[in-house]
Amino acid sequence: MDWFESGWGLSLIVFLPVIGALVVLALPKAKETLMKWTALAFSGVTLVLTIAMAMRFDYSAAGTYQFGTAMDTTWIGAINANFHIGVDGISLPMVVLATFITVLVIIYSWNHWPEPHNPKLLLAFVLILATGMTGTFVALDLVLFFVFFEVVLLPMYFMIGIWGDRSIREVPIVKWKIEMRLYASLKFFVFTLFGSAFMLLGFIALYFKSEEALGYRTWSMLELSDIGAAGGVFTGTFAFLVFAALFLGFAVKVPMWPLHTWLPDAHTAAPTIGSVILAAVMLKLGTYAFIRIAIPILPEQALSWAPFIGVLAVIGIIYGSLACLAQTDIKRLIAYSSVGHMGFVMLGIATMTAIGINAAIIGMVAHGLITGLLFFIAGSMAHRYHTRDMRRLGGNMLLMPKMGVLLGFAAMASLGLPALAGFWGEFMALLASFNPLEAIGATSLFRVLMVIGAIGTVLTAGYMLYMLRNVNFGEPSEEWLDQEFEDVDRFEWLAWAPLVIGTLAIGIFPKIVFGATNDAVIGLVEKAFGG
Amino acid sequence: MSSIDYHALLPELIIAATVLLTLIVDLTTRKKYLVAITAMVGLFAAFVPVLTLAFCDSLEFCTATGADRVLFGGTYVVDGYSLVFKGLFIFAAFIVILLSIGFLGSARYYEGEYYFLLIASAMGAVVMASSRDFVTMIVALELVSGPAFLLAGWKKADPRSNEAALKFFITGVIALALLLFGVSLVYGLTGTLQFDQIAIASVAVADTPLFTLGVIFVILGFGFKVSAVPFHFWTPDTYEGAPTPVSAWLSVGSKAAGFVGLLSVTYLAFPEAADVWGPPLWLVAVLSMTVGNIVAIKQTNIIRMLGYSSIAQAGFMLAPFGAAAASKSGNFDEAFYATVTYLLIYAVMNLGAFGVAIVIGTRVGSYELKDWRGLNRWAPGLALTLAVFFMSLAGLPPLAGWFAKFAMFQATIGVGNWWGYSIAIIAAVNAVIAFVYYSNVVKTAFFDSVPEGVDIEALENERITAPIGFALGLTVFGVLILGVFPGLAASLGEFGAEVVALIGG
Repeated sequence: MDWFESGWGLSLIVFLPVIGALVVLALPKAKETLMKWTALAFSGVTLVLTIAMAMRFDYSAAGTYQFGTAMDTTWIGAINANFHIGVDGISLPMVVLATFITVLVIIYSWNHWPEPHNPKLLLAFVLILATGMTGTFVALDLVLFFVFFEVVLLPMYFMIGIWGDRSIREVPIVKWKIEMRLYASLKFFVFTLFGSAFMLLGFIALYFKSEEALGYRTWSMLELSDIGAAGGVFTGTFAFLVFAALFLGFAVKVPMWPLHTWLPDAHTAAPTIGSVILAAVMLKLGTYAFIRIAIPILPEQALSWAPFIGVLAVIGIIYGSLACLAQTDIKRLIAYSSVGHMGFVMLGIATMTAIGINAAIIGMVAHGLITGLLFFIAGSMAHRYHTRDMRRLGGNMLLMPKMGVLLGFAAMASLGLPALAGFWGEFMALLASFNPLEAIGATSLFRVLMVIGAIGTVLTAGYMLYMLRNVNFGEPSEEWLDQEFEDVDRFEWLAWAPLVIGTLAIGIFPKIVFGATNDAVIGLVEKAFGG
Repeated sequence: MSSIDYHALLPELIIAATVLLTLIVDLTTRKKYLVAITAMVGLFAAFVPVLTLAFCDSLEFCTATGADRVLFGGTYVVDGYSLVFKGLFIFAAFIVILLSIGFLGSARYYEGEYYFLLIASAMGAVVMASSRDFVTMIVALELVSGPAFLLAGWKKADPRSNEAALKFFITGVIALALLLFGVSLVYGLTGTLQFDQIAIASVAVADTPLFTLGVIFVILGFGFKVSAVPFHFWTPDTYEGAPTPVSAWLSVGSKAAGFVGLLSVTYLAFPEAADVWGPPLWLVAVLSMTVGNIVAIKQTNIIRMLGYSSIAQAGFMLAPFGAAAASKSGNFDEAFYATVTYLLIYAVMNLGAFGVAIVIGTRVGSYELKDWRGLNRWAPGLALTLAVFFMSLAGLPPLAGWFAKFAMFQATIGVGNWWGYSIAIIAAVNAVIAFVYYSNVVKTAFFDSVPEGVDIEALENERITAPIGFALGLTVFGVLILGVFPGLAASLGEFGAEVVALIGG
């Protein structure tokens, strides 16, 4: 299995989905079942390969990059950009999450086709997204990272625009009336593109500056991290501007308050599977990039930005929670809850400690599973009720008991109930902010943030219970009484059960994630900030 | 200087022969497609010596020293730079002919003369790439423009086409007058028309106001040719009125020829005056991308939109060069490479964009975006092709356009001071603005529903003609390959940045 270890296995994991997309596109329009099976086969094989990789992963050396291509595998010779990929303990859980969600999404879409139908394009976009997402998590070259980071935009833009919500919405300020999907898709794209254009400028600046330290220019995250750890080159105004550019790119993607406004629109307008992919995986591209790029390459700046990031993160937590309490649309509520949860992730990162970053990673995985499940359920319910308005819903436990139980489970997991996955991320992020890295020099500020964050967890419980009360409990309103509702169907079971099991498993044995991440995170923190 | 290096001149000789041959074929047959075939065979044949010249080092029969050949006492040079552009012009003309075949047949235009004029224009562009003195360059430039004036007015029954030709002609003549005036001043001060000698002689006169004036007028003249703001106003009207394949040629062939002229003149003839033409070029770049992009947002006609888009793209191409010159950093190589790379990628994707616009436009019978709504419903393949080209123009990976932008950003930041940083930031913001109108095309094709009263079934059953299909296939392939393996574009760009005169002096 040498080929598997030496980069081919990982390359297959990245590129099999996109090959699948091309195959799906080449199939005749009428053969829909064949398309579904093709998409499932390609994503399934990718998942099997990913699991094989996770099993062969050397956990005792989680801090090193494994299964990677050689560092000097030339891709664009003229600019020294290389096809350098690899996984370590930090990216492994993310890769597993991305491939896993892709399979579930394809299973779910088996009998849930958003209008207008066109499964060919939809499946192709899901598969292209898979390549973009896994590619971003394994890229170790800044140009390669940039390309994968951008590849995910277009399919998601199409997904929201074609299969999105057709209700009319008024654009703020200018008061144009426009369909939700058109507004949300453009907003999503322009926000992210704006961030990533500056991110690219930051990357190029790092590339030129690296010459001062090495004598040649490099895009390699490894070499750039070495320069960052050694200190002395990425300093002063240069470092400040570059960090600002990277921050803009990553923070839009996370999204951090106040750059989050695209998220509620995009998540609400997207079709179910689009929302699931967005929430479960795509938001993690931004937080992952903070951990993988911003902190190791510019540790000095990371320290001085940390209080600022921490404050924004906590504002995000409180703002997200309060916004949830004001929602009547169930999908919009879940979308705002993501703002809050990603706030916890960013708070963990902002502490710059091993505990905090571990918390961030498990928080990312947990949020992926739980919010993915929530969006699945919300989508299925909207499919049956033909509304997402919580004022009209109610008594779901009587109409669809199984669905109600699952929704209750997901809500409990989301509010951070111990023994479920959501607990660890929030708990440890708060724990870490009690003792942030000394070098930041803002320990008391972080303790205040911890207290406010803790209040945020209470608010989280508040809006989740508010949602449950409105949707699950009470008597169904009269409009539903004479209707037959099909409870959870078999494709839904197939797609959701793994998420439920995953949530339970990580809740009870968080070591599933920490086993991979811990050494890598400790190594990263030690390298960036010294022992 | 005793004998002429015919190998080096072979591309021009073949095209010149083809120009004559198309006239003869046109006279002797009524089957006008034969003229097109003659033209294409000629262009293809001319492409072969471009390749043999480029790979001269590794070919046995190629006896001259390397790929760099200096002819006619230095007024005509065949080097990497000129070869890359010759290849580009021949490729562009070839694609434009493919696009023209169905288009001309559909509306009973004169056909034979059309192809004759088109390759005559291409001939001018090919000569342009090698010319290293002002006389050759101006003759070449007029050979590019002259036939293009006629082609722009080809739809003679259509007043818009007449307007297009007239506008294009008048601005073209003004540009020529400015250029000639500038050249006369430069000649008066330096006593020579040859670029490398101007560069040497200008050391003594670089500070005189008259020389500055001459340089400015020359730059102004080329500003019209590359349709940069504020010399752009003819562009959208001409593109809209001219037959669409001609617009494709104007936006790629003729524009690139203007860029070749601008690059050669500034880089080879006026390096001493970089502080004179640098800052204006920087400003023109900023204005072009900003004005071009913002005005493009409001366009409802796709060809006008492509017109403004090409203005904005010209701004992106000028950015590295303007920044490098304005700051006198001396690092022209990277700027040169970035501009050449950008032009190459732009040529492929813009030709493709025009090609797909022609197919859809003729089928729908309108170039108004609102008539293209719901395209995906009746022509999913065309809709996807459309998306590929417009998203490539917007610069999204993995389509070729991203690397063009990337090279541009790299070169501007590489300048290493605020001339570069500031234009990089402006360009970044502009890239986002540009997405708004490029995405509007995609939105129209994919997100909107088909307008009332459109007969979907009739549209569905129409088949794309072979020549256009071939052209689209070629350009889609190019956009994908160059996007996934941009090293190809980069090495072409590097080869194209090998300018012979610089190495000598």
